[in-house]
Formats: sequence, C-alpha cells, structure tokens
Amino acid sequence: MIFAVLIPLLVACFIPTLSKAKNKIHTGIFTFFVPFFIFLYFIRFVGKDFTPIRQTYNWIPSLGINLDFYLDGLSLLFVLLISGIGSLVVLYSIFYLDKQERLGHFYVYLLLFMTAMFGVVLSDNVFVLYTFWELTSISSFLLIGYWHFKERSRYGALKSMLITIFGGLSMFGGFILLSVITGTTSIQEMISQTDVILSSDYLPLILALILLGAFTKSAQFPFHIWLPDAMEAPTPVSAYLHSATMVKAGIFLIARFSPIFSGYEGFFITVSLVGIVTLCWGSYMAVRQTDLKAILAFSTISQLGMIMAMLGFGTTAAVFAAVFHILNHATFKGSLFMIAGIIDHETGTRDIRKLGGLFTLLPISATLAIFGTFSMAGVPFPFLNGFYSKELFFEATLDLESASLLTELIPYLAILGSIFTFVYSMYFFFGVFTGPKKLNQLPKKPHEAPVGMLLSPIILVLGVILIGLFPNMVNAPFIQHAAEAVNSNAEYHKIGFWHGWDFTPLHMSLIVVALGIVLFLTRKKWSGVYKVLPGKLSFNRVYDGLVNKLDTYSAGITNSYMTGSLKLYMSLILATMIIVTTGFMLLTDGFTISSNNLADITIIEVSIVIIMVVAAIATIFTKHNMAALLILGVVGYGVALLFVIYRAPDIALTQFVVETITVALFILCFYHLPKLRKTDDSSGSKTLNAVLAIGFGAMMTLIGISAYSTNWFDSISDYFLKTSYKLGGGDNVVNVILVDMRGLDTLFEIAVLGIAALAIFSLIKLKKNKGAE
Amino acid sequence: MEIIILILSGILFATAIYNLLQKQLLRIVIGTALLSHGAHLFILTMGKLKTGQPPILTDGVSDYTDPLPQALILTSIVISFGVTSLLLVLAYRTTQENKTDNMEQLRGKANE
Repeated sequence: MIFAVLIPLLVACFIPTLSKAKNKIHTGIFTFFVPFFIFLYFIRFVGKDFTPIRQTYNWIPSLGINLDFYLDGLSLLFVLLISGIGSLVVLYSIFYLDKQERLGHFYVYLLLFMTAMFGVVLSDNVFVLYTFWELTSISSFLLIGYWHFKERSRYGALKSMLITIFGGLSMFGGFILLSVITGTTSIQEMISQTDVILSSDYLPLILALILLGAFTKSAQFPFHIWLPDAMEAPTPVSAYLHSATMVKAGIFLIARFSPIFSGYEGFFITVSLVGIVTLCWGSYMAVRQTDLKAILAFSTISQLGMIMAMLGFGTTAAVFAAVFHILNHATFKGSLFMIAGIIDHETGTRDIRKLGGLFTLLPISATLAIFGTFSMAGVPFPFLNGFYSKELFFEATLDLESASLLTELIPYLAILGSIFTFVYSMYFFFGVFTGPKKLNQLPKKPHEAPVGMLLSPIILVLGVILIGLFPNMVNAPFIQHAAEAVNSNAEYHKIGFWHGWDFTPLHMSLIVVALGIVLFLTRKKWSGVYKVLPGKLSFNRVYDGLVNKLDTYSAGITNSYMTGSLKLYMSLILATMIIVTTGFMLLTDGFTISSNNLADITIIEVSIVIIMVVAAIATIFTKHNMAALLILGVVGYGVALLFVIYRAPDIALTQFVVETITVALFILCFYHLPKLRKTDDSSGSKTLNAVLAIGFGAMMTLIGISAYSTNWFDSISDYFLKTSYKLGGGDNVVNVILVDMRGLDTLFEIAVLGIAALAIFSLIKLKKNKGAE
Repeated sequence: MEIIILILSGILFATAIYNLLQKQLLRIVIGTALLSHGAHLFILTMGKLKTGQPPILTDGVSDYTDPLPQALILTSIVISFGVTSLLLVLAYRTTQENKTDNMEQLRGKANE
C-alpha cells in the first residue's frame, strides 16, 4: 500500500522535466497513468469476502510513529474514489487546461494532493494521518491559488488554508490527548480501548478538538465560508478536491472515529445538529447564487452536511446511507462540476443570468446535466442513484435511537433542506439549458465541447445510472464493507426502489418534489427573503474582520519593537534572558549556596581580584583611548595571573601572548578611531543600562555559585587524565585534549581564525570608496 | 575562593554588558573583550580551583587540577581574540566610511 502513497510523489519529481515538452505532449497524459494504475490495483480488493489488510513500515518507532497502513472497507471506498475520480479529473484537465498554462506546477500540486489524500485515508497512525491531513490543506492552497495573478484566487487560497489548518491543529491536539489516554498511536488500537476513552474526563475536549478538524475540512456550518471562495481554483480542481475527495476527509475522519464516539450522546447531538443545519443552510444559500460553481459549492456544503448528519445518527441504516451517499455524491457532483467547467469553457461565462437556452447548442452536456441535477435533487426515478441515498436518508431520520426535541425535529429539517436541494438543482439545469437564448451576452460563441472533455462526465453519469438501476451491484461487495468499518453492527441492507404506497420516506420524497416545484416556479416572488436572512449576517464578515485585526495588531506590535536600534534589541534580549532564567531558577528552587569544598583564600589572589574589579569598573568611566586600553590590559593580565595561580600554565601563556597582541592591535586602531566620549545618554537610560548590567552580572554569579554547589554528575575529567598518555601519547593533558581528543574542533577553530584574518586583511586593504556605491 | 572568583566574573559580566549597551563603537568592543574575560574565569571555576598539580602527567603525582575547563578556555581565548580583532577593524572601517562611531546613527534608512 505504501506504493499508492509514494508513487504520486515520485512521479511528481519528474513532472517538471516532462512538462518541458508540453507543446508536444500534454503533461496531463503522463499524470493520468498514476491514479489510473492505482485504481486498477485497488479495484481487485472489491468483493464479498474482503478482509482488512495492515502493513507497517518503521518511521520513528521510538515515538510510536510508524507508517501503519490499514485498508478496510472505508479506506477502500475512499482510495477508489480518489484514484477513480482522480483519473477522470486528470483526463478532463488535459482538455480543459491550455498548453500555455503552467502545466508543470498544476500536475505537481495535483500529485502532491493525491499522495496526501491516500495517506489520510490509509494511515492507521494518528500522527501520520495528521501529517498527510495538513499536506492536503497545503496542496489545496496551492491549487486554489493556481491563477495567482487573480486577487480573488489569492484571497480564496489564504482563506481555505487559514480555516482548514486551524482545524487541523485542533485535531492534532485531540490526537495527542487520545494517544496520551490510550497509550497508543494506532486508530484500530484506540477503537479497541473505547471504554477507556469514553470514561475519560477529557472526552468532551477530545471530541470538540477532533470535530473542529472534521468540520473545518468538510466545510460544515459555520466554517463553510472557505468553500465558495475555493471555487477560484481551475474547475478540475473544484471537481476533485472541493467536491469529491478533500472535503470528504472530514467525513472520513468522523466515520473513522465513529466506533469510538458513537456511544457518547454529545457526539450524536453535535454531529447531527451541525450536519442538518449545514444541509439546510447550504441548500438555502445555493438558490441565491448566480455563479454556476458557487451554486455547486453551496450544494456540496449541503450534501456534506447531509452525510455528516447521517454519521451523527450512527444507526446502522444511517451509516449505510452515509457511505452510499459518499459514492453517489462523488458521481453526480463530479459530473456536474465538469459540466459547469464545459459551460465556462465554451461560453466564457459562469454567470447563470447570462446563460440560457443552451440545450440545442450543447445537447450532450445538457443530457448529462439532466441526470446529474435530477439525481442530486432526489427525483424518484429508478435510474438515479441520488434518489436511493436520499430515501435511505429519510428512512434514517425517522428511525433515531434517542428521543429528544432534536430527534423530533430532524425529519422536518431533512425535508426542508431537501426542498431547497430540489430547487437549486432545477435552477441549475433550467437556468442554463432552457429559456431564452442570450447569445449576445456571451463572450464566446457556444458550441459542444470536444469529445475528450465529455468523456469524464459521461463515465460519471454512467455511474449514476448504473448504480441507480442496479444499486445492489455495489452494495454487498463494496458499500457493505465500508459501512461495517464505521458501525460493526451493520447488517446486509438490500436497497430497493419500491416499498409500497404506505412507506413514509416515499411520502417525504413526494412532499419534497411537490413543494420543490412550487418554490422553483415562484422563486422570483420569495427571493426577498434573502434580504432578511442572511441579510447582513455573514460569517465572511467575521472572518475578514478577524484577519484584518490580526494583520493590524501584529504589524503594530512588530513595529513597536523593530525600531532598527541595536541597543534596544540588545536590552530586550538581555531583559528576557534575566527574567526567564532567574524566574525559572526561583520557581524550581535552583539557587543554592554551599560553602563546602572551597579552596582557601590567599592575600595575593584577593589583591589581584580587587585590582581587576577596580579596572573593570574604570572602563565605564574612562574618557581617554590610551587609558581605556591600559585598563583593559590590566584586566587581561589579571586574568592571566589568576590562571598562573590556578595551575593552568597553558592558558596562562596563551592569555599573556594574546593580551599582548590585542594591546598592540588596539594601539594601531585607537590611533585612527575617534576619542572616547562621555556618554550623552539621559539619566533614565543610564539607570536602565546599569540595572540590566548589574542584573546580568548578579545572575551569572548566582548561577555559577549554584552550579558549583550542586554536584549531580561525576566529572568526566578523570577519563582524560587516565587516557591521555595511553591514547594521545602526551603528558600535557590539556594539549592532548585539544589536538587529539577534540582535534576536529581545533581544526575548525583554526579555520575560523583564518577566516577572521582574511576578513581583517580585506577590511584594512580595501581602499575607501572603492567598491562602495 | 571560588565564590570570590565568581563574584569577580559577575562584575566583569556587568561591566561588559554596561559597555555593550553604549552608543560608541569602541565601548562595544571593550565590552566584548570584558565579556570573554568573565566567561573564562567562570568556566575555570566550574572545574574547582587549586585541587592539585598542573595537568601535566608527572611520576609520583596523583592529584591534578581539572584539565577540561582549561582546554575549553584555551579554545575560547583564541576565538575571542579573533572576534575582538575583527570587531576592532570593523569599527575602524565603519567609522572611516560613515564618519560616525555612534550606533544610533548607524541604523540604516527606513525601507532599506
């Protein structure tokens, strides 16, 4: 299975090279084979006696993060969707995208997305899943912003990224909590520990965090606002990412964790409620849109809400219907997106107000659209798969386990949402293909699309019809396994068209169709309702306001300290260091002073120390270059004398030599440098400097004394004393350490000195103004 | 004695920081020089003072001072020598090119 995840990524590495020949061969042709072969590989798993497969590859075993791949019915459904729709979308894009476009970029992003999406649905490890999850957000960002010269594209890309990554991070938090509670990172092992999770105090928090991830990704109310703006992406991308696959990742996540949470009342309430509200709001808003893709975007939001609601119900019938609808939605919505792309491509506009009467001009597309829209509307014809899942949905709403106000309301909300679904489906079809022709308003003269472009929607519509005619064909070998993975009690559920006249879901469907027709025909009369709801209420406004505020505040904060004054930066760094270090030491009771084990005090040492202290303090007040130099020399020689007293002959020698050279160098430079001046700082600034300086000095002294007073580990110095002669062949241990034990270190030190010497040389030798602008 | 040396090193740090926070380039160079002196004494004290003979293996001697801090300091002295000289020359060139040794005037222009 790892190959399915990695092959798209590998091929993506070659795409830039292949795209150089794009004028001869469209880059999409190479790309097409990737999802196609993956589809062929996985289709063989479809069958009645399918059993889950698991594969493990070590990645970071010490953290429990491994590439665990787990293929069960649910993953298989998604893998086939991703690779199947992926192949069709790539095929479609070959005709949709002109060779002048940056094809290399497009297909690299698309393949990156495939890798990410396969990773999400196949991973059994929560952290690996999270990694791939974020990768889908990133590739979606790149694809939405593909036409980056358009301002709307950039806005849409940023919006989708901010919202989905916010959700992704929340989900990550939920995963960490889950893995801490269960002590495992495998989803399947978490499922086997359902009792532990359900009895945990953190359960509401975990659920909220994970649901945030799923709701943002699957564009659930009120996080749905990113999806309509994501329609700025090229249409193949909208059909693929923002309808068939990526937005279903949230659904996948809920389905994957259903076995754990379905026993918890909060899960039922939240997911059902959010799902059903999204269903109603999405379909209600879709009717108002004028852009074809915006209609489809809100339609996707509402359909995702419907699937989400069914997963929230959690009953065997609901789960079965949800899984079935994932497949059906991919077929009819995918084909409708492609048809919207064809209309855009052939007429030059997606504005439904400018379109009309295209049936005779684009007869094939129109025929395909009939099946797509009517299936989406749930019109009761035996050859439309959308009707079956819609009826199963109604059936599920009537058969909920718990009784509360919410369960009473759900069937009515389901009908309400479905009525609007019916209205926008009809609006889409009749608005584009019937009515008066408005050819003079179109930028292009419309004609039927090339065969290649029609191929993919034809295949998808064939899927709609075949599943509609023989729903049980996909049932036992395919849908059943997926439903079992979500709800282990799922029983074989035969799908039928006719259940007799006294079947409530049928009545609901008929109500939907009847009221839908009435509302569709009278839609001009009630369109004023949109001025009341949503009216000025808009989540987009909330989002825009938040992003703007964030921009202004962060710019304000940054500008307040990024003033260009190095002194200010230095002071801030020092102050932070003093506060954090001292604070931490105080909190952990780190300061200790013990007087054990100290060396005796002699007069000569004390005298040197006193001289050095006086000299060091004098550097601050001196005003003469030569005096400053001499005082600094006093400190340096003082250090060297201390080295002598403390039996460090080597460093004492070095210190003497270096100090002498430094003094010589100082004399050379001081001659050319301006005289030291009395500082002209204000007294406040001086006090602040003094406070920082004394604070830092005191902190270092205290740390030193504490470090000296505590002895947690034995010194490793004995090792050097013992092995110096044996390993290094030298009596002088310090020398052996430098040239033998840490030889490389010394080598690089010499290199650093060499570079410094070169820099000094060039700084002095480069003539003034030469090389300057 | 260790405590006295650590206090000395603290004072060296304090004067170094005070010098570093000045506007004049030269004071900043002096500050870095003082900073390395303080650090060297700090490291030396960590290995205990005067515990034995210099770390040069001699027959009949079993107590030596800690060789490890000395090796570290030796490296550090050389590096800080390089840093100080580079800074000095840099200060010299900066002053010549810009006709000022005041850090506040060396900020660069906005949007640069």
